[in-house]
Amino acid sequence: MKYCNVIIDNKEITVPEGTTILEAAKKININIPTLCYHPDLSIKANCRICSVEVKGKNKLVAACSTPIWDGAKIVTNSKLVRDMQKGVLELILANHPQDCLRCIRNGKCELQKLCEIFHISKSNLEDEVDALEVDSSSPSIVRDHRKCIKCNRCLEVCQESILSHAHRSIHYSITPAFERKLMDTLCVFCGQCSSVCPVGAIYEKDDTQKVWDAIHNKDKHVIVQIAPAVRVSIGDEFGMDAGKKVTGKLVAALRRIGFDKVFDTDFAADLTIMEESSELLYRIENGKTLPMITSCSPGWINFIEGNFEHLLKYLSTCKSPQQMFGAISKTYYPKIMNIDPSSIFTVSIMPCTAKKYEATRKEMNSSGFRDIDVVLTTREIARMIKSSCIDFEGIQEEEFDTPLGISTGAGVIFGATGGVMEAALRSVYEIATGMALNNLEFIGVRGLEGIKEASININGNTIKVAVAHGLDNAKKILEMIDKGKCDYTFIEIMCCPGGCIGGGGQPIGTTLEIKDKRIQSIYKVDEEMPIRKSHKNPAVLKLYEDFLGKPLGNLSHKLLHTNYNPKNKDYDFSQIYELN
Amino acid sequence: MKKTVSLISKNFKKIHPESLKEYLKAGGYDGLKNALPLTSLEVITAVKKSGIKGRGGAAYPTGLKWEQAAAIPGPRKIVICNADEGEPGTFKDRYLLEYDPFKIIEGMTIAAYAVGANEGYIYIREEYKKLQNRMRKIIDIAIQNGFLGNNILGTNFKFNIKVFSGAGAYVCGENSTLIESMEGKSGRPRIKPPYIKERGLFNLPTLVNNVETFSIIPVIFTIGPEEYAKYGTPNSRGTKLISIAGNIKKPGTYEIPFGITLNEIVFDIGGGIRNNKKLKFLQIGGASGSIVPASMTHIRYCYEDFKEHNITMGSGAILVADETIKVVDFLKSVQDFFLHESCGKCTPCREGNRQLSKIFNRFVKGNASIEDFKTIERFGKVMKYCSFCGLGQSATTALLSAIKHFPDEFYTHIDKVHKTI
Repeated sequence: MKYCNVIIDNKEITVPEGTTILEAAKKININIPTLCYHPDLSIKANCRICSVEVKGKNKLVAACSTPIWDGAKIVTNSKLVRDMQKGVLELILANHPQDCLRCIRNGKCELQKLCEIFHISKSNLEDEVDALEVDSSSPSIVRDHRKCIKCNRCLEVCQESILSHAHRSIHYSITPAFERKLMDTLCVFCGQCSSVCPVGAIYEKDDTQKVWDAIHNKDKHVIVQIAPAVRVSIGDEFGMDAGKKVTGKLVAALRRIGFDKVFDTDFAADLTIMEESSELLYRIENGKTLPMITSCSPGWINFIEGNFEHLLKYLSTCKSPQQMFGAISKTYYPKIMNIDPSSIFTVSIMPCTAKKYEATRKEMNSSGFRDIDVVLTTREIARMIKSSCIDFEGIQEEEFDTPLGISTGAGVIFGATGGVMEAALRSVYEIATGMALNNLEFIGVRGLEGIKEASININGNTIKVAVAHGLDNAKKILEMIDKGKCDYTFIEIMCCPGGCIGGGGQPIGTTLEIKDKRIQSIYKVDEEMPIRKSHKNPAVLKLYEDFLGKPLGNLSHKLLHTNYNPKNKDYDFSQIYELN
Repeated sequence: MKKTVSLISKNFKKIHPESLKEYLKAGGYDGLKNALPLTSLEVITAVKKSGIKGRGGAAYPTGLKWEQAAAIPGPRKIVICNADEGEPGTFKDRYLLEYDPFKIIEGMTIAAYAVGANEGYIYIREEYKKLQNRMRKIIDIAIQNGFLGNNILGTNFKFNIKVFSGAGAYVCGENSTLIESMEGKSGRPRIKPPYIKERGLFNLPTLVNNVETFSIIPVIFTIGPEEYAKYGTPNSRGTKLISIAGNIKKPGTYEIPFGITLNEIVFDIGGGIRNNKKLKFLQIGGASGSIVPASMTHIRYCYEDFKEHNITMGSGAILVADETIKVVDFLKSVQDFFLHESCGKCTPCREGNRQLSKIFNRFVKGNASIEDFKTIERFGKVMKYCSFCGLGQSATTALLSAIKHFPDEFYTHIDKVHKTI
């Protein structure tokens, strides 16, 4: 590799050819301000806040996009550079609403941070904020494009290319085609856009008030479930190390907030595996439609419903763990607790914005009640914990309530890409062969590779399985099926890159590096669990014994399974969901 | 020195532009005939020897550009002729497209041969609809007569040209934006690197030159690079097509040798100022060009003198303003233009133009303040130094040069209350 010697602010450094000024400066602890830059995304160089001086050039260059060359002399701290960077910032600010104290991103806004760094005070510029309408049409994501700074990050992470550019000059905007509202597009509500937005231009629809109201309502029995991926991510919101497992603290904090019972989605994940494994075995044994594809990820369901309606038959009919939990919480749970089911208010804490949409789907009420009443993302529950003045880091750890808080290691790995598959294989093998599985860990389906494969021998038949995450990879799998070139029997698909640990509702600032730490943490939780197979979950077994009967039985079918509907591209989507 | 010359403008209004026969009779395709027996390297060497620089505005040495394009490996390369001519007051490419279109495609064919390309495009601005049709027509004629297509002039060299129409954005004159536009995307500049010579249209190595640049090529291969280089000054070889407009008696497109003075252009070629008014200033090179006051018209029209006085040549436009023109009013029209044409991609250009326009409105109304004056200068500089592409970088050229030469005109627009503070 070729190396270049460069001088940045009178400091010499040698870096490999191709290194940008920004990266080179970082190596010698010189931080150049950035705004449109994101470590996991492509270089855009459109905010221009990282402009720096290069000796011999009569214009400044963008540090993020300019590769270094041998002998380059770069200045990042001259009066000119400071004036220009500050000027760019003032220009952005003049077109940005200044209601920071009321903004959802207050304290977590990259623009706000820059203003602090630059000691921004009053400027001579005339503020002008375009009077644009806030799009709160979807139950998942709100777009307030008055606040948009046109960094283009959302557009890049948009898995469905819903967002695009429109117009030019001061009318330039990032918007769905024809400036439609999100609800009138094929948006899958994955919320990836909301997790990369540097400001408060795209964010999760905040439902915390509904939860406060329920908690403070004496007639409501408010229960909460925590998704697997939240326990290894919410620590970020409180300045703890990335990937740190904080299950016990979260349980304690939720009790402090006032939830009547704190349960675990992992329980429902185990239940899902019981139903899904049985469905898979049933399909194999009876020559029904294969491959079977998992249905836990609501973003993924939205995607296939919107784009590949002719392949819906491949989906498992199992509801997602969230919805299964909901159905049980309104039937079995009130029965054993002797409570009126109409008084039960079920909240889920999810790493996901699409879960909000899923919970509002019309058909999710087989018990006679809405399966789930409110879905909160990781970010929203962190907000509730903060506003309860809880010392999260210091709080004493507590245990989940029983029985819906009893779970296995198989349930927790649902949070990472490949987890559902691994959990399913552990059970499918033992149920089908009646033999114990020696090696529980299916390393082949773990990790951040786009499409992963594995195979397992069951009763002499080799079953090929695949795992995909991110909709690009999902599309590849679907195209294989479409062309008849798919020899997998079982496929796991997750909408978000990395699976739920990288969900769109996770703490702001999630990067690939952080995702990796969360994955490692999740598998560690699994390792430490006394029971690691879903079909050995005693609470789940009791649920079948006392209430459901058997997997795929009549009651299971009614409560735990669902069906899918094609989304006509010109269909008014507001018709197929119910606002709660 | 002769004030106007006829090298590339030789055929203007002399031959029927759509007649290949008349073009051939006037010496057309002699350049290609002379170039094809040469090797690629020899063609490039001749272009380098002529000393010509790109006529689109950036003045990059054409020979060097071709050499780099030829050195990039790849089975498929593209040659694009930039005929987006969007600079206000510029209409010299229009003359070439209208009166001597064969020369353009002859130049492109030589370029394609030199860099090893078989596919060519002419990106003609949307407003030149008639000329697009003319170009399509003469391309067909050239194909039918063996000057384009397979086996050009009986050799194995193959080259085809398609006409592409822009949708009317000024910024598409910038080469990477032009390519984005051709790929069906909205007209916004690309990040560099990768440079378009490596990954341009459809990610293929691409050479882009201006209409005038391509039109000079056949001349070089007809009269020889040495002869061509005799015109002009040591650092500005050859001739230049200029378009003069504004308060001038004889507006139009003229071919001049580099090195005559601005005075000669205005008074000898353009016939002087209309209605016996006095010359106040010139704007050189289009809306993005500098303001040159009447006191500086002794400057020679060439790269070296312009550089010395911090003027960019730009597109070749010369806009003439007489004493009745108020500088602030004039700048307001320039500002309105850029506010309309900014693509919106980068902060300095999008937001800078927005803010400058607000301030200009105050100047025009006469209620600006001293602070406004400072703000203009400060943010004009942010736009110049930090914008993503040439549009934003040069949008304030006129403004900053006007402040330098006509500061008083700004002060008279500051209201009395503010002035006393």
